[in-house]
Amino acid sequence: MRHLLSTQDVTQSEALAILDTARELAQVADRPVKKLPTLRGRTVVNLFFEDSTRTRISFEAAAKRLSADVINFSAKGSSLSKGESLKDTALTLQAMGADAVVIRHQASGAAHRLANSDWIHGAVINAGDGTHEHPTQALLDAYTMRDHLRDGQGSLEGLNVVIVGDVLHSRVARSNVWLLDTLGADVTLVAPPTLLPVGVGQWPCRISYDLDEAIVKADVVMMLRVQMERMNAAFFPSAREYSRRYGLDVPRMSSLPDHAIVMHPGPMNRGMEIAADVADADRSVILDQVTNGVHIRMAVLYLLMGGQEA
Amino acid sequence: MTVLRDVRPLGGDAVDVRIEDGVIAEIGQGLDGDDVVEGHGAVLLPGLVDLHTHLREPGREDAETVKTGTRAAAVGGFTAVHAMANTDPVADTAGVVEQVWRLGVEAGYADVRPVGAVTVGLDGKRLAELGAMADSHARVRVFSDDGHCVSDAQLMRRALEYVKAFDGVIAQHAQEPRLTEGSQMHEGELSGQLGLAGWPAVAEEAIIARDVLLAEHVGSRLHICHVSTAGSVEILRWAKSRGITVTAEVTPHHLLLTHDLAATYDPIYKVNPPLRSQSDVQAVRQALADGIIDIVATDHAPHAMEDKECEWAAAAFGMLGLQTALAVVNETMVQPGLLDWQQVADRMSVAPASIGRVSDHGRPIAVGEPANLTLFDPDPEWIVGTGDMVSRSRNTPYAGMILHGRVMATWLRGRPTVLDNALVEFETV
Repeated sequence: MRHLLSTQDVTQSEALAILDTARELAQVADRPVKKLPTLRGRTVVNLFFEDSTRTRISFEAAAKRLSADVINFSAKGSSLSKGESLKDTALTLQAMGADAVVIRHQASGAAHRLANSDWIHGAVINAGDGTHEHPTQALLDAYTMRDHLRDGQGSLEGLNVVIVGDVLHSRVARSNVWLLDTLGADVTLVAPPTLLPVGVGQWPCRISYDLDEAIVKADVVMMLRVQMERMNAAFFPSAREYSRRYGLDVPRMSSLPDHAIVMHPGPMNRGMEIAADVADADRSVILDQVTNGVHIRMAVLYLLMGGQEA
Repeated sequence: MTVLRDVRPLGGDAVDVRIEDGVIAEIGQGLDGDDVVEGHGAVLLPGLVDLHTHLREPGREDAETVKTGTRAAAVGGFTAVHAMANTDPVADTAGVVEQVWRLGVEAGYADVRPVGAVTVGLDGKRLAELGAMADSHARVRVFSDDGHCVSDAQLMRRALEYVKAFDGVIAQHAQEPRLTEGSQMHEGELSGQLGLAGWPAVAEEAIIARDVLLAEHVGSRLHICHVSTAGSVEILRWAKSRGITVTAEVTPHHLLLTHDLAATYDPIYKVNPPLRSQSDVQAVRQALADGIIDIVATDHAPHAMEDKECEWAAAAFGMLGLQTALAVVNETMVQPGLLDWQQVADRMSVAPASIGRVSDHGRPIAVGEPANLTLFDPDPEWIVGTGDMVSRSRNTPYAGMILHGRVMATWLRGRPTVLDNALVEFETV
């Protein structure tokens, strides 16, 4: 693997290698000195065209624990809003000697553009591109599922994962569907029909419009963030109606099997897609996801950059 | 006095053709002249007529000018092009269309017939002075807000009615605006996977359905730009069977390329309407063969490098088309046996000239007719390169592809604009 752009490109053995590496690197977090010398002298650029403090600091923590130098480049306003172009930004980073670029961008495919151009030579890691993909999020989700439900070992064969919410605009959902399928899990997407993309029937997953029916046998329920502006575009009539039909509240949570876990990629709209009591419940692993995000990003940086000498 | 030796008019038997004083003077065997062009059995066509060209002047001379665009047209075998109205300023007054027309005359590479905007500033709010443009030196007969749909049904009805007074035609860019807000590519399985906002086929088909009914109701001529879906073909088939006076065009890129190319995220493949599915491609090819789609029009859309070298969503819509059009039609229609050369002449010269009311183009290859001619060798294989582009821009989607057939020569009223596969350089008049 030279870049990490999409979970569609990741084979099962590559995915397992990332998860296993992350598990080893996680042990570093328990030491008094949380740092490895692996990427000393190497430079990781966090190129964020879109605000995302949580993803950026997660990558930053991961790179620093591997002793890489980190440059945070917050390019608010891409060529979409008449700022500097993606090309010129990339050429600038190349001239500064970036060994890897972590890119977050509001345009789908921006990471692909960077990786497939000759603007930049280092590894490109997609940290979220528009409504396309967010592969490290899917990897940390898989890690979290494996950790809680499979003793941190092997694939996710036969695991029932229910993903609920705005699939149409969700890069998290796309990356999860491809990766979970690769790892052998059975995925069900639950959403109002307006928030499912055309062609979703061809995806390797089941589709349901009925959350109550879908969660009865779930091992994992993953709630997606629903943005309020979707309401204004008539994707659904009101926040309350959405919440009633597709929100995870306490009564719904009680119909889950005892071992099932609740996940959310954050940031949450408490009271909208997830009730506060559910978010704070014992079976909620939302903060574990955040912790595991650092391990996964360490593993990805290590595997993409570790092969070369500084 | 020029003699074209061993050429096959409309792909028929080999003859010699003598051109004198801008007209075809003689057709026969063993003709002699001062200038002899050896055809080696190449196909002789009436000079091609493009009903849909973006020349970008005035306003975006960094992307194309009337001169560079008509030079590209000549290399592609065209002798007349219709220059779309979405310039800056918009071609919505007699002054602008006359300027564009005059620039074409001065360049001398192809006759430029300006298209007038239907509405002021392409705004879709009120009619531009269509009559003034029709009465100007530019003699505008085709009106279009191309790039924008005339989506207001009442305004469209009025436009269709109004241009009857001077035998005009409204060329509709069929795109329901609300269904395509932010649209980036064909809506289908792939758009969902790629996370690019979809441009559904129904947004094109709904407008075509409405407009053929409007055209029937008011008894006007309607032309549909760049038809791209199988559903549009069905509506057009129905409309024509009812005798509605609707004509339609398909672009070379919609005859050849599919939406799968969007998976590269390379905006060289970003175009409006978007590249569609393989079944849509099959449908528009068959429709062109059947005459349900009347003509091929290039939608030649030059763009500066920086408008394509960026992320998909930020990039401009459009691709070059003039220089590759005939080779693509050869590849997609002639070689598979869907069209013969007489039908190619119809779809790319006779019919577009008729829709645009361009009287001295699209004429038969016969003695006494204006010598607007294209000599095309359908056999040679070439790999398209951005360096081949005579256009000021380089945004060809065919770069690296193998195409068959090259334009050997083009004559505009007997004057060669292309000879030996190369542009003829001449001082502007």
